[in-house]
Amino acid sequence: MSRVDVRKTHKLFIGGAFPRSESGRTYEVNDAKGEFIANVAQASRKDARDAVLAGRAAFAKWSTATAYNRGQVLYRIAEVMEGRRDQFIAEIEQGEGLSTKKAAAAVDAAIDRWVWYAGWADKYAQAIGNTNPVAGPFFNFSTPEPTGVVAAVAPQDHSILGLVSVIAPIITTGNAVIVMPSPSAPIPAITLAECLATSDVPGGVVNILTGAPAEVMPWLAEHADVNALDLTGIVDESVAAELERQAAGTVKRVQAPRSGADWMSPPSLDRMRSFVETKTVWLPVGI
Amino acid sequence: MTFEYAPAPESRSVVDIDSSYGLFINGEFVEPASNTFLKTINPATEEVLSEVAEAGKADVDAAVQAARKAYNKTWSKMAGKDRAKYIFRIARLIQERSRELAVLETLDNGKPIRESRDVDIPLVAAHFFYHAGWADKLEFAGYGPDPKSLGVAAQVIPWNFPLLMLAWKIAPALACGNTVVLKPAETTPLTALAFADICQQADLPPGVVNIITGAGETGRMLVEHPDVNKVAFTGSTEVGKAIQRAVAGTDKKLTLELGGKAANIVFDDAPVDQAIEGIVNGIYFNQGHVCCAGSRLLLQESIAEEVIDALKRRLGTLRLGDPLDKNTDIGAINSRMQLNKIEELTKSGEDEGAERWSPNCPIPDKGFWFPPTVFTNVTQAHRIAREEIFGPVLSVLTFRTPEEAVEKANNTPFGLSTGIWTDKGSRILWMANKVRSGIVWANTFNRFDPTSPFGGYKESGFGREGGVQGLGAYLHVEDPS
Repeated sequence: MSRVDVRKTHKLFIGGAFPRSESGRTYEVNDAKGEFIANVAQASRKDARDAVLAGRAAFAKWSTATAYNRGQVLYRIAEVMEGRRDQFIAEIEQGEGLSTKKAAAAVDAAIDRWVWYAGWADKYAQAIGNTNPVAGPFFNFSTPEPTGVVAAVAPQDHSILGLVSVIAPIITTGNAVIVMPSPSAPIPAITLAECLATSDVPGGVVNILTGAPAEVMPWLAEHADVNALDLTGIVDESVAAELERQAAGTVKRVQAPRSGADWMSPPSLDRMRSFVETKTVWLPVGI
Repeated sequence: MTFEYAPAPESRSVVDIDSSYGLFINGEFVEPASNTFLKTINPATEEVLSEVAEAGKADVDAAVQAARKAYNKTWSKMAGKDRAKYIFRIARLIQERSRELAVLETLDNGKPIRESRDVDIPLVAAHFFYHAGWADKLEFAGYGPDPKSLGVAAQVIPWNFPLLMLAWKIAPALACGNTVVLKPAETTPLTALAFADICQQADLPPGVVNIITGAGETGRMLVEHPDVNKVAFTGSTEVGKAIQRAVAGTDKKLTLELGGKAANIVFDDAPVDQAIEGIVNGIYFNQGHVCCAGSRLLLQESIAEEVIDALKRRLGTLRLGDPLDKNTDIGAINSRMQLNKIEELTKSGEDEGAERWSPNCPIPDKGFWFPPTVFTNVTQAHRIAREEIFGPVLSVLTFRTPEEAVEKANNTPFGLSTGIWTDKGSRILWMANKVRSGIVWANTFNRFDPTSPFGGYKESGFGREGGVQGLGAYLHVEDPS
């Protein structure tokens, strides 16, 4: 007789903890063939607000950690994900209906993406910051600083690679993020949360809300303590436009939707630039 | 008031030193064709720690050949992201073995365990970590869309920061896609050989890193080898000049990190307590075996007496002795030869009329030791104000105006580093603009970070190590001709 497996409860990831939705709601997630996989927590407005609180609290610590320290933490995520490689592959095969080979390629690319961004943590300021040769007895320099708390929607397809590609650049530069993974294939996002929870990433730096972006994102777009929106995974242009209008209420920075992006191709500095502020510091020169 | 300290020695059981080491060529330890060996000793006790091979011509050839083969067949063809993973592995292995490496470094070099544990080894790991990240990002470094590696790098390093200098050489070389033959200093080969073991644990492809031990002659054969594309040397200005001559007329790319005679300039508005710590750190860190040491203290006249008194008080609290003791501030001089050089130069200081002072500090019976020493009444003409002593010896001069401080600071053939102590921010930047040195530390001294380029002006050498600029030393950055 085969062993009866123990099945996991799929919950949210807020402030380093795994709460159920405050609303008590879940929704059914099916595999690519329509068979039931699990009931997954469906985040509410209150969950989103809790996540913003957690993100804001974590931002203070994460944004002031040394770049070297952030880099090592990001690299640690890759180390921990590598140990769960088979689990991710199985979940993606099941959830997205991909072949093992394609699922493995996506998982490997996702792990490598963490390594790529880990290396950027102590370099992006050298690539996008500079000194300015001003005319006068002054010295000044411009450096990037994190924007703050970012609310993001991960791509609907590419459940793990797309999600990592959205989260990594946001936190590499020292921001905190509240991210909504693909609603149809959220299982790998929960597994990623378990990796993050065991990777020395301070609780609250990454918060993962499973559920319906169309329901939750408007609250985040209007939330005064959210500094930026990443609409990468929003497919419907009118929804994106409405979120962008709401973002104007507190002058949030907005990353436009990127449906159909090729996540396998190597990234650029683009996504890191989206969520940094440039600070220019002037100093007088003289005896 | 004096404090009594109980001995607090770090255990050496964490290291396991073989009685004899071969050469690390093509991924394995091999017996030297030369069949000659050198002994390496603990300078604090003169105990023989091990014997290491002295690589001869055939050995140098074999190492360069292994590096060439690894370059052609493996390393230059490997994707940057895969090179990155190997270098990340090395960084992690160094972190994992940091305690062992710190003890080994202290045994072989004589530096206090507090420094090898808290400064050298953490910086080694950080250096590999930083450069690992560059391996797949070179197109963002400002050297064009697809900068190319050079080939085989011949690297010769000194004994003052053995493993750290190895990291400064090997990490950028590998990140940029080069393979390496490295020769550690003859008096401090052991951590480089431990690094060879780390390369094996990381499954680094054979031949990418080759470590050959030996003395000056081995180094000469290595840098003069016709099949190396890059020569990187850290060491004395005298040897640096010989290497520049030897490399002249070849296509080898050269970087030199040589001596220094840094001015540490203290203005009358400087926070004195903080400045005293900076002065002590500047010249007595690592027994003054530091190319960027603040060996010339320039004091503004109005505070000279006060600072010298405070400095002497502070030096009275430094503890000289067993480098493995966690309370030790000043360890052993690395070798008899270096001790002789320090003694010769300090004697010249007295002979030329400067006033010598050292705290009353007991010197162990065995090993090589030199007490922290301060010379006052020093003029710019004195040898101790002009020549690099590379020991715990400070020469104090005075100045009246910022202009005079600049004149005196720049009055040297060297140009590696400068220290500036003042509360006035605008003066820091004014001074920084005027001094001719590759590093300026303001209200701090002897700070190092892999993100920040290090290197000198004038006879302190050329090329930079660390940061974006350091990558340029290991890439083709010239326009095609």
